[in-house]
Amino acid sequence: MADDTQLADPPRDVIAPGYTFGSITDQIAAVVLTKRTPVFWMACFSVGFGLLLLFLWAVAMLLAKGVGIWGIRTPVMWGFAITNFVWWIGIGHAGTLISAILLLLNQRWRNSINRFAEAMTLFAVACAGMFPLLHLGRPWLFYWLFPLPNSMGVMPNFRSPLVWDVFAVSTYATVSLLFWYVGLMPDLATLRDRAGNRIARLVYGVMALGWRGSARHWSVYETASLLLAGLATPLVLSVHTVVSFDFTIAIVPGWHSTFFPPYFVAGAIYSGFAMVLALAIPVRSVYGLQGLITGKHLENAAKVMLATGLIVAYAYILETFTAWYSGDVFEQAAIWHRMTGPYAFSYWALITCNILLPQALWFKRVRTSPVALFISSIFVLVGMWLERYVIIVSSLAQDFMNSSWGIFHATRWDWATYLGTIGMFLFLFFLFIRLLPMISIFEVRTLLPQAKVEKESRP
Amino acid sequence: MTDLPNNPDLAGPRARLEASPAGRGYWRSLDELASTPEFRELMEREFPRQAIGWSDDENLADGRRNFLKLMGASLALAGLAACTRQPAEHIVPYARQPEELIPGRPLFYATATTLHGVASGVLVESHEGRPTKIEGNPEHPATLGACDSFSQASVLQLYDPDRTQAVKFQGEIRSWGMFFSALREALEAQKTKNGAGIRILTETVTSPTVADQLRRIQQLFPAMKWHQWEPAGPHSARAGALMAFGEPVHAYYDLAAANVVVAIDSDFLASGPASLRYARQFSARRRVRGGDTSMNRLYAVEPLPTPTGSKADHRLALRAADIEIFAGALAAAIGTARGPREGENHDIYKWVGAIASDLLRNKGASLVIAGEHQPPAVHALAHAINHTLGNVGKTVFYTDPIEANPVDQAASLDDLVKDLDAGAVDLLLVLGGNPVFGAPVEIGMRGRIQKARMRVHLSLYDDETSAVCQWRLPEAHYLETWGDARAFDGTVTIQQPLIQPLYGGRSACEVLQMLTEQPEMTGREIVGTYWAGRRSGSSPRDFEAWWRRAVHDGVVADTALPPKTPTLHGENISVRARAPRLGGKLEVIFRPDPAVYDGRFANNGWLQELPRPVTKLTWDNAAIVSPATAHYLGVKTGDMLQLTYQGRSLRAPAWVQPGHADGAATLHLGYGRTRAGRAGTGVGFNPYLLRTSKALWHDTGLDARRVSGAYEFASTQSDHTLDARRHIFRAGDIEDYRKNPESVHAGAEEPPRGLTLYPEWKYEGHAWGMAIDLTACMGCGACVTACQAENNIAVVGKDQVRRGRAMHWLRVDSYYKGEPGQPEIHNQPVPCMQCENAPCELVCPVQATNHSSEGLNDMVYNRCVGTRYCSNNCPYKVRRFNFYLFSDYETPSLKLLHNPDVTVRSRGVMEKCTYCVQRINAAKIDAEKQDRKVRDGEIQTACQATCPAEAIVFGDINDPASRVSKMKAEKSNYGMLADLNTRPRTTYLAELRNPNPEIEE
Repeated sequence: MADDTQLADPPRDVIAPGYTFGSITDQIAAVVLTKRTPVFWMACFSVGFGLLLLFLWAVAMLLAKGVGIWGIRTPVMWGFAITNFVWWIGIGHAGTLISAILLLLNQRWRNSINRFAEAMTLFAVACAGMFPLLHLGRPWLFYWLFPLPNSMGVMPNFRSPLVWDVFAVSTYATVSLLFWYVGLMPDLATLRDRAGNRIARLVYGVMALGWRGSARHWSVYETASLLLAGLATPLVLSVHTVVSFDFTIAIVPGWHSTFFPPYFVAGAIYSGFAMVLALAIPVRSVYGLQGLITGKHLENAAKVMLATGLIVAYAYILETFTAWYSGDVFEQAAIWHRMTGPYAFSYWALITCNILLPQALWFKRVRTSPVALFISSIFVLVGMWLERYVIIVSSLAQDFMNSSWGIFHATRWDWATYLGTIGMFLFLFFLFIRLLPMISIFEVRTLLPQAKVEKESRP
Repeated sequence: MTDLPNNPDLAGPRARLEASPAGRGYWRSLDELASTPEFRELMEREFPRQAIGWSDDENLADGRRNFLKLMGASLALAGLAACTRQPAEHIVPYARQPEELIPGRPLFYATATTLHGVASGVLVESHEGRPTKIEGNPEHPATLGACDSFSQASVLQLYDPDRTQAVKFQGEIRSWGMFFSALREALEAQKTKNGAGIRILTETVTSPTVADQLRRIQQLFPAMKWHQWEPAGPHSARAGALMAFGEPVHAYYDLAAANVVVAIDSDFLASGPASLRYARQFSARRRVRGGDTSMNRLYAVEPLPTPTGSKADHRLALRAADIEIFAGALAAAIGTARGPREGENHDIYKWVGAIASDLLRNKGASLVIAGEHQPPAVHALAHAINHTLGNVGKTVFYTDPIEANPVDQAASLDDLVKDLDAGAVDLLLVLGGNPVFGAPVEIGMRGRIQKARMRVHLSLYDDETSAVCQWRLPEAHYLETWGDARAFDGTVTIQQPLIQPLYGGRSACEVLQMLTEQPEMTGREIVGTYWAGRRSGSSPRDFEAWWRRAVHDGVVADTALPPKTPTLHGENISVRARAPRLGGKLEVIFRPDPAVYDGRFANNGWLQELPRPVTKLTWDNAAIVSPATAHYLGVKTGDMLQLTYQGRSLRAPAWVQPGHADGAATLHLGYGRTRAGRAGTGVGFNPYLLRTSKALWHDTGLDARRVSGAYEFASTQSDHTLDARRHIFRAGDIEDYRKNPESVHAGAEEPPRGLTLYPEWKYEGHAWGMAIDLTACMGCGACVTACQAENNIAVVGKDQVRRGRAMHWLRVDSYYKGEPGQPEIHNQPVPCMQCENAPCELVCPVQATNHSSEGLNDMVYNRCVGTRYCSNNCPYKVRRFNFYLFSDYETPSLKLLHNPDVTVRSRGVMEKCTYCVQRINAAKIDAEKQDRKVRDGEIQTACQATCPAEAIVFGDINDPASRVSKMKAEKSNYGMLADLNTRPRTTYLAELRNPNPEIEE
């Protein structure tokens, strides 16, 4: 994919034949600037909005009563909240990976999917960020996790992985937002120029920050986006590494292991790409964007999924092997309980969703079938959620002292909060595709053969 | 005000005031003032006559004006009260500091709690006049400084907002004065009949004062009858002594002198009036320290695993009826009686020979104890066996009964019922107790009691009995009143009040006094007069000194009953030759619940939530069956059973309990209360509905069958497996330990201390540590309640316990080892380990849990934001989280209960055992003021102080001479999960047992 021939001659399958600069701009901008809203959008948005209201209700209950409304208990002090946090953060990885790492690797097929993948990242991180805050016993004191000067001279405990989380996630969110916004500016200017409505013109104009498309702008833009890509790249690896530290630093059997960082990063990218596919496949068919997000994109994403899925599978095998090889009775018991204990169903479901079913992606017929890809991406998303659930809950439920073992049962408020953040995600995402260009107009234009000619004519 | 003289309702009292000799009315109480019919009338009606001006037939405006006038009159009356001099004893202004009271420092007063009348001496901690914590009284023979859960929880009972708060007549609030008038009226009518219509029903009475009062009332009303009924009293022990000796005799034991103990269905370590003393003596004989490896040996035969059974070197689970056969066989083997030594059920006889020879080897230093719930014959047999073994006067002591009147209570109750049926009862005084709930079912007490014309119930709670009595009197809690009671050996304690009655309650003593010729006497006068009478020889000054000493010490010197040697009448003892056949049915066994007892503590949240010994069940009773019986019935824990016994039937959830006897179901009494209060009403099912006077404790013929439905229990422990590979609980036999003390640690690992990059931290000054002797711990749970009382630990309720949110800082785990039918049972108290390398401290993002310079793992509640990460990372799972606002910030009376030295935790905050840091600091401050070091033993944690077996020892491990350092130097010492390199400060001494080598298991 990364060979020079592709760069010199953009393959037809990254963009359908027949597009011109103008038609690309028309098609993408029309989604935003039209007055007609498709039924599909209304339906998805309503679902998202409904679930968002559920989320607000659940959060209001939570703040009024306390985290006791959830199923958490001694010894399972972390349940859905942290599971959801890790899951959403993982999903948030695909965007930055696509925009930053693939940019640095000159993978130009990314151009048509990077915009909404980045948006997805932002919204996923927003959802993820809810949980560490809401799961606190006293959420109104969340700011105590920041190193704010205070009269007591008390600082956060810098040895605690939760403090590392605060820095990792907030940095990641900031850089992702900047990266996304900087990438949006040229397209915001396009919308400003095309909008018929005065208010829209004003809003897009303000947001475009005076972008005029001058050569100087473009030069600064290129530098800025390369720099941000450089900044974001290590974050892709670091954030989930730090998140995995929440578990590896603890001494809980089933958490305390050294290979969690690569395992978690691979898992994050796995679920991130699954989410990209789960969103791109329906959206491109509804808006007729098959020409811009082609089968080639889907196939490439599927290949990434397959690769990261295999890493994850390797991690599962290694986890089991290490437990056996360690000779540690607690580690062995933790893995054994995971496989045969009260969470056995979740464990085998996650093995099925994450390892067995995605092996279908070895077949080109599956990789080229949008429907099959959509289904397998949903399975991967479910599987990755279950993976975090099993790691967190099953390890805590049965650890060292068997006298204190206890089983976690999710309450309806657990589900309401989880589904609520899915609602929030859908709400934000569908607002985004209605109000902002979901595909980067100017970057897709560079994929056209015409762009190549111009590029080659430069000195 | 000018209208007042015209007001007919107020004229009377005013006239009385004006007519009093000094012109200015001195009256001791409103009651006295109100003892005119007009005033009573005024008070009786919710709104006095004028207030009814709202009704239609009166002028509306007029009525309202009258009402306002009346309001004014009430205010005027209040003003009147304010003008008169109040009795000085009621007001203690802090402007003048009360003697010995320093704000912020608690005072301790000696008094006694009673359970079926028998006293346990306690010291009550009082903070600025509020009793907050009960400790054992070291000078009292029954407690020796220890305390049980009932006593610990009695302080919560004192402040229980559900207690009866007013005198009521048929549901309407009345005054004590009005009750008194009504009572006098009724007594007047009885004068002519010699009191033939008067019946007094009490619980067991040991109080010399009450006994004396009853005697005097009997003289006044010779035909009056006094009945006693105690649902869970020692009925069989009473009858057994009568059978063996032909006279009522009371027995108690000296475990310190016993090398071999056989407990025949007796939970002598954890229940009964002297259990604290027995537990202390028993555990002292099992303490293996240094070269002293001698141990006593305990055999226990019982249907349901009890704390005593869990400590037994050999425990045999037998049905209650088979135990009688066992006792007969043992007597035969010893030569006390003739009888079969082998029978069709080999299990009964399998150890008899070995036990008998062990006993015979230890003549004069052995002991056979029959349980309260075994039939009289077993008690008689035990007396006979002890007689044969020459134990009398060495390990067994006999005295005259400690009860004022040791009657057969079932017969006494029957007698009352006959009189009720005959319509002979005009006035029934029920003083304490709850006979409607706890009387044998065939009596139908609820209906029968209503045949009495005037029914009076004095009670702490408005309970099932109160519901059918016209007069409901609030009883004063023992912490509110004067009284006296005898302990297991007859020693008298004079009970003193710690606080004014919160709800105007009066004691049984004071109510009985109303029947005498000096009805006005206060509790102190009654008790004081009685004892002054007993010491009529001494001068008033001497008496005062004696009185002060007696009240201060909590024991009246030289009141223990002298031991005597009754003659054994062996010929009267008859035992069944063989147990009744089950015939496809089960044996039903009734037992008082280990926590709510016979139901009297049902509204006590601490006790309801106390995990029961062994089962760890809270907030419920159950039909407890063995695994084999459960298999036979096709049930598992939580399935519903239909229990039918003698035509009465009941639905109860099954609980499968390893170690329970097969073919039997144990039902704990005290549940299924219908009028207990907020905590106790509607909890569990009521086994009294199957309990007849013929079979108070057990009988065959229970038909159990599974019915549809499931039940959710709230147990604090779901897995009891003793996984030897985890090395959490270590145990061994004393023989192996003598050969190689390391044998108890076989296979366990601990990383070397040098295995770190960091320099070792040196603890200068104090380094607090704890050692827990697992050989001593019997899992009674007293420490759990003591911790709850000391540390303001919230009660969370059944639903939250079921969700794994019980808040106890200290838990007692139970483990089963071996086959499910006859497992070895082990107990392990688990407080915070105060790890030197604490995993919780590392992960807290806000530094809310930190290490102190003395090695305490401190929890800063104010800093905690509630990530709960510390709990996840705690391998011992001793951290507790406030998932909701569990602490009660609202109920006014419960605010008084809190220990002012301990923070009341709010929602969203983690909490855990602090080694009672408030006690550590108090002792350190004292030591600093006196410019000395803290002495060893000066600081006792709440759990340590209460432990009857002295299993828990706390102290400074930097001091090599301290008790805790010496314990930690024992070979059996180990740190739980020390292989994690947490370096726990709390360590354990492995449990050692002394099995009989003749018995192969």
